[in-house]
Amino acid sequence: MKNFDMSKPVFALVVIAILVFLILPVLIVIPMSFSDSRFMSFPPPAYSFRWYEDFFDSLAWMSAAGTSITVAVSTAIIATPLGVSAAYAIHNCDHWSVRYIKMVLLLPLIVPVIIVAAGVFFIYALTGLLATMPGLVLANVMLALPYVITSVIAGLHGFDPAQEMVARSLGMNRLRAFMTVTLPQIKPSVVTGAVFAFIQALDETMVSLFIAGGENQTLTKRMFTALRDEIDPTIAAISTMLTAASFALVLLMILSRNASKTATAH
Amino acid sequence: MTTLTLPTNERLEASADPSVLLQKKEQRSMMLLLIPALAVVTLLLVVPMAWLFLQSFYSDGFTLEHYQRIFTESIYWNTFALTFKISFIVTILALLMGYPVAYAITRLPRRWSMLVLAMVIVPFWTSVLVRAYAWLVLLQRSGIVNDSLLGLGLIDNRLSLVHNELGTIIATVHILLPFMVLPLYATMQKIPGDLLMAASSLGANRFMVFWRVFVPLSISGVVAGCTLVFVLCLGFYITPELMGGGRTVMASMLVSRNIQLFSDWGAASAVSVVLLLCVGLIFYVVGKFVPVDKIVGGAK
Repeated sequence: MKNFDMSKPVFALVVIAILVFLILPVLIVIPMSFSDSRFMSFPPPAYSFRWYEDFFDSLAWMSAAGTSITVAVSTAIIATPLGVSAAYAIHNCDHWSVRYIKMVLLLPLIVPVIIVAAGVFFIYALTGLLATMPGLVLANVMLALPYVITSVIAGLHGFDPAQEMVARSLGMNRLRAFMTVTLPQIKPSVVTGAVFAFIQALDETMVSLFIAGGENQTLTKRMFTALRDEIDPTIAAISTMLTAASFALVLLMILSRNASKTATAH
Repeated sequence: MTTLTLPTNERLEASADPSVLLQKKEQRSMMLLLIPALAVVTLLLVVPMAWLFLQSFYSDGFTLEHYQRIFTESIYWNTFALTFKISFIVTILALLMGYPVAYAITRLPRRWSMLVLAMVIVPFWTSVLVRAYAWLVLLQRSGIVNDSLLGLGLIDNRLSLVHNELGTIIATVHILLPFMVLPLYATMQKIPGDLLMAASSLGANRFMVFWRVFVPLSISGVVAGCTLVFVLCLGFYITPELMGGGRTVMASMLVSRNIQLFSDWGAASAVSVVLLLCVGLIFYVVGKFVPVDKIVGGAK
């Protein structure tokens, strides 16, 4: 019964074809990035590291990468505590307004990102935050909050609140009880939220097209412009590194989750 | 809420039942925890959206001209029509491709299902720009897809697969497919195997078990996945901009062009409001069947 469907070769072939469709574009950038040629020919006529060298030698690309990494790290550092405290409040509060507040906090996921970008652009033009580091970080915090909040709420659902009650009845105040009892147990969901926030900020393109600029040009904005105007295999080198970074982070997240699972199982 | 702000009432309640007061006090401090997150989203999203809404009715006083333009000028009208057409095609394709994959993940032995799931999630975590670049390479005139089709003798002349609507659709399906597979998988996973066993032990053949039992039970996942894909596609910008070759103009590009090229906030905000109304309406209607936070939360 379990896998009678896979015995049907047509079904298996269809699924494999779809999986190839999904994974091929992600894999193809790797050989492309080691190409020796200026052109997007595949397979590359010869292999080299020249596009990686180009990237690391280019002041413009390096400063964009620096901006993006700073933004992503700051976003994760700021969005995680904000998201955790909001998720904790949403989970524990039964006030009627909480449902609506949760809706508002999830808005950045629902509202088309072009509208988010236009709105942020407008506010920043008024307040002088355009093309500034605080502006970029703040916008990314807003975009990352829903990911942290949904992840942590899911973590809190799997946590028995009685444990925190016990800690408090033994004389801990709520903050200490949360820090020493609850937080360690929902840690995987917090780590997941932080990783989501980081990757979100690293990949964010639309809003930074509107608000990044000058010294604070992000990697994605430069990539977008390069892709639209003249395609250069440096993009493939950056893509490979970006993909490797996201992949490593997701792997780390899964490992940390499994580690804590085995830890609680023992 | 009002009782909490009046100290006299608090004291009254305290004398009545200290534990109730404590609970209320705690609820209030809980609400404080929400303030930082709420402030960020309000200032950067809610306030600007309200401003966009007002702006869409403004041009030296109250006016409906921005909306009038959307419904009368063919470029606006055609853009919205194209946006809906592409979103519709992408949603159907994503469902046709996502359903078998999600089904395979639920039915395969664990080791294989994890591998398939990984193949869905890895692209999900890959930057949209990276994937746009990959598709430009694959679909170009001298790309692998054209080469293979020629090599197999399926075509005689190289096809224009990119810098047009087709390229946009292909790349968009690729980007949105995980948003279809993940909610589908989440729903299918919860379908008890016993039910399928029961159906087949009662004499249903495999086809009937699938169509009469499995598919109806997976409908909420189908609804969630289709809603997510459709709504995300309505607001797509980067992919059509890069894959469409400047000819595939979608609604979000009207917003961006009006702001960046013409500084025309009136037109941009009217398009935004119409786009947002479409999204809101879809969530409202679908929300009657599947809770919205389930749809959104199920994805990532």
